[in-house]
Amino acid sequence: MSIAIDARNISKIYRIGRAEQKRDTLVGACMNLASIPIRNLRRLRSLSVFGGNQDEEDTIWALKDVTFQVHTGDVIGIVGRNGSGKSTLLKVLSRITPPTRGEARIYGRMSSLLEVGTGFHPELSGRENLYLNGTILGMTKAEIVKKFDEIVDFAGVEKFIDTPVKRYSSGMRVRLAFAVAAHLEPEIMVVDEVLAVGDLAFQRKCLGKMNEVGESGRTVLLVSHQMSQLRRLCKRAIWIDGGAIQKFGPTAEVLGAYEKSMSGDENQSLWTVRESRRKASFLGWDIAEPQPRQPNVVETHGAVVVRFHLQVMQPIHDGHHDLFLYDAEGRLVWGTVASDLELEPGKHAFVYTLSSLPLRPGSYSWRVTLYDRATGLIDRQNCVPELLIATEPLGHPRDEWAGFLNFPHTFRAVRDNHTARADRPAVSVTR
Amino acid sequence: MLPDRKELWRYRDLLFFLVWRDVKARYAQSVLGVGWAIIQPLFSMIVFTVVFGSLAKIDSEGRPYAIFSYTALVPWTYFSNAVSTSTGSLITSSGMLSKVYFPRLIIPLTPLLSKLIDFGVGFSILFVLMLWFQVTPTLNALYIPLLLMVLMLAAGGMGMWLTSLAVQYRDVNYGISFGMQLLMYAAPVVYPASLVPDAYRSFYALNPMVGVIEGFRAGLLGTTPMPWDLIAIGSCTALLLFVTGALFFRHKEAAFADVV
Repeated sequence: MSIAIDARNISKIYRIGRAEQKRDTLVGACMNLASIPIRNLRRLRSLSVFGGNQDEEDTIWALKDVTFQVHTGDVIGIVGRNGSGKSTLLKVLSRITPPTRGEARIYGRMSSLLEVGTGFHPELSGRENLYLNGTILGMTKAEIVKKFDEIVDFAGVEKFIDTPVKRYSSGMRVRLAFAVAAHLEPEIMVVDEVLAVGDLAFQRKCLGKMNEVGESGRTVLLVSHQMSQLRRLCKRAIWIDGGAIQKFGPTAEVLGAYEKSMSGDENQSLWTVRESRRKASFLGWDIAEPQPRQPNVVETHGAVVVRFHLQVMQPIHDGHHDLFLYDAEGRLVWGTVASDLELEPGKHAFVYTLSSLPLRPGSYSWRVTLYDRATGLIDRQNCVPELLIATEPLGHPRDEWAGFLNFPHTFRAVRDNHTARADRPAVSVTR
Repeated sequence: MLPDRKELWRYRDLLFFLVWRDVKARYAQSVLGVGWAIIQPLFSMIVFTVVFGSLAKIDSEGRPYAIFSYTALVPWTYFSNAVSTSTGSLITSSGMLSKVYFPRLIIPLTPLLSKLIDFGVGFSILFVLMLWFQVTPTLNALYIPLLLMVLMLAAGGMGMWLTSLAVQYRDVNYGISFGMQLLMYAAPVVYPASLVPDAYRSFYALNPMVGVIEGFRAGLLGTTPMPWDLIAIGSCTALLLFVTGALFFRHKEAAFADVV
């Protein structure tokens, strides 16, 4: 497979302001005042000059030794906290700003979309802005002419195409801007959090377009905070923190780890069980069916068989066992209990057949316990690795509206002939 | 390390639309519209005619002072507006600079072209004035496109130098309109170049606007024979300004997005 983006040891230093020294005496203050232009000059000069000393106190490393390769046709998601260096990385890759060290090689024609509507001028008409914005993004006039009707149609602004953009509603402006961007046809595309625009119908359109882009064999780098979107679009993901790559791999794993880090690790090893009391201990867990590519990843909306393996050292009579499932934020999602367990020494497995695991994609953790009448608590464990739900998100495209569950559903609008019948009990809908 | 011409050519449509935006947006929602392009040189001419022509009685080489000064004001207004807009251009387009990649050189070159519209309008008024004052142009007027080239080279060179500096040191941007006012007196706008002592003539001609303005006067008003010595020296400065400006811009452009 050929390589589209080859980033080698990219580092970027930014200069942040430094606190000015204050003088206490009147003479000192006057001297200070007189030297302001000189200090200003030095400060402004330093904006573009970096000395050999990398640990200067007023600089920050926005990126530090970032190395990765993207193959042609890959759709890669980038996640990370605010200020983690995602946007800087995109800026370096798209040549807006040079790396302080290292280099990024791009093989192919690249368009970056860090903002929709760059260069829009309120006084110009929709048509003029469309041409302007298109050429800024790297299209030629001929390309725009060819796609003009399609773009206008996508944005849904036919009637207003010759109206100055300042008379547009903000929604219309954004739709027009995005429509231009959506019709770019570069080989490599770098997109920063721009899909969350417009109303729901428009968002669906955009997602559809992004899917198309992903399937058309183009290379895409996509920054988003919408995890469901990334899960839907990307095969692999990069998690950046503190200017460095934390994890680069399959989307489910990377996003799972990222979400887990965001929620903190406070539910790790809540309890420790004293070894002396241990009659049995849990060894691990896996997914038995459907045969997963990885033993902790669920990729189906259908039935799932989960096994918890344990080693029993001494016979257990009248035991009982709890199973809890927590989400990445430590909220209990589901729990169950089994009792009257009789276990002989040896290896055992608790096997759960779940008709489905209709959870929204993300990382979850199992907590298993085992008690018996004589000893009380025998073992209690937070299972490692975590359960990763990597199903296709089927709910609302916006994370905040998608809810906790995720399952296949159908929708159709039908004419309802029964509601008008008087003999049925009236049910009123309250708003 | 000259600018990548192939890349510039690929983005030629962007240059066109930026010029279009400049022209259209400048006069949008104004009553006089493009009439503003006439007002600036016309009113300067009236003031100069009263102050320098009638009161100070500066020699206008046998032509009415009004048309004498207006002929200089058309290229000077272009130069002054193109350079000051070009100087501020990178700062004005900081949004674009930090969000998308394109050949940065397009930004300071845009005013060079968009101000040509104003130049054209001002120039056509010059013809009206020539009819009014019954001045016949000489054959040397055919050299005007050449002079315009020198004018654009000089303005472009200054623009590239100053905008690269202004992006980091805003002082340049604040000082430019004041600087342009002063520079006007270093060019033969309100007085003829013949007032400058011969000993200093070559030094004076280092200002590319000297050759351009005197060339305009010689061609259109026939005040003097075509001053080729002034034009030759000025063209060299203009070319030097342009080439060094492009090199300096090239040298600085990578950091624009970071310092703007």
